[in-house]
Amino acid sequence: MKHEDRSDHTVSYRANLFLWFALLVLTGVTVMIAGIDTGRSGILINILVASIKAGLIVYIFMHMKYESFLLKLMLLMTLFTLTVIIVMTFLDTLYR
Amino acid sequence: MDRSQTAGRALEKHVDYTGSKMGMWLFLFTELLFFGGLFLLYAVYRSDFPQEFYATSAGLDRTVGAINTLVLITSSLTMACSITAIKKGETKSAVIFQLLTIGLALVFLGIKYYEWGAKIGHGMYPGSDALLSAGQGEIIFYSLYFVMTGIHGLHVLAGIVLIALMIRMTLKGIISTHDFVRLENTGLYWHFVDIIWVYLFPLLYLIG
Repeated sequence: MKHEDRSDHTVSYRANLFLWFALLVLTGVTVMIAGIDTGRSGILINILVASIKAGLIVYIFMHMKYESFLLKLMLLMTLFTLTVIIVMTFLDTLYR
Repeated sequence: MDRSQTAGRALEKHVDYTGSKMGMWLFLFTELLFFGGLFLLYAVYRSDFPQEFYATSAGLDRTVGAINTLVLITSSLTMACSITAIKKGETKSAVIFQLLTIGLALVFLGIKYYEWGAKIGHGMYPGSDALLSAGQGEIIFYSLYFVMTGIHGLHVLAGIVLIALMIRMTLKGIISTHDFVRLENTGLYWHFVDIIWVYLFPLLYLIG
């Protein structure tokens, strides 16, 4: 299925509920990971899980799945900008 | 109104729909970079004071943070459902879902109030003697905690006002199954506020 502009699409109650349940499970996973692994990898896994949750919210709740290519591109550009800022800051602070 | 005018109106509305959504997203991008700056501040100081952040984070109540996460995720669900309802023409359910969203947002703020109150009751607030006598890492962690959750809380408060306005508009028929972009944009804002919390919860509460 590859339709570009389907921004009038209605997300069903069922899909909303399903996503809510997935987010609850992922929240449980986050808390569990924090309980088991308190090392350095724990925080990385937690950021990864948080990013999956954020991605799902953007994709379904915020309707990005059905938006135009332009809007998707705009979102990617913003995330890219943020990533560049973060990487450049760490290149500075880590190698001072 | 003759036919050509109606057609003109419809066209105008269509253009407006895409434009207003894009406008909302542009605003959210600026918000993302704004919160991004705060997260960056957190990340840099965390790499400077890993042990202190680790120890101080343990002082936050994990259960309370988790409950607030559930509350906010559920409020995102009710917000999304209110948009589903209005698109289906179920105005009454749309209003009920919006009321539920406000209710959950108030619960979130209530819990935050209790949490902040407990910390402030122990003398832990920005600039307090108890906090300033602590180590540098602990001072920075608590400062970030109060600034980040505080600004997030202000966003929740703004969201409540915004959703209340949407309820009024829905009741007046300004927001309807034919014209719901305001409600959708409010939804976008609300989900964004939820996303910020999705990151704040593990970073502040779960690293200890």
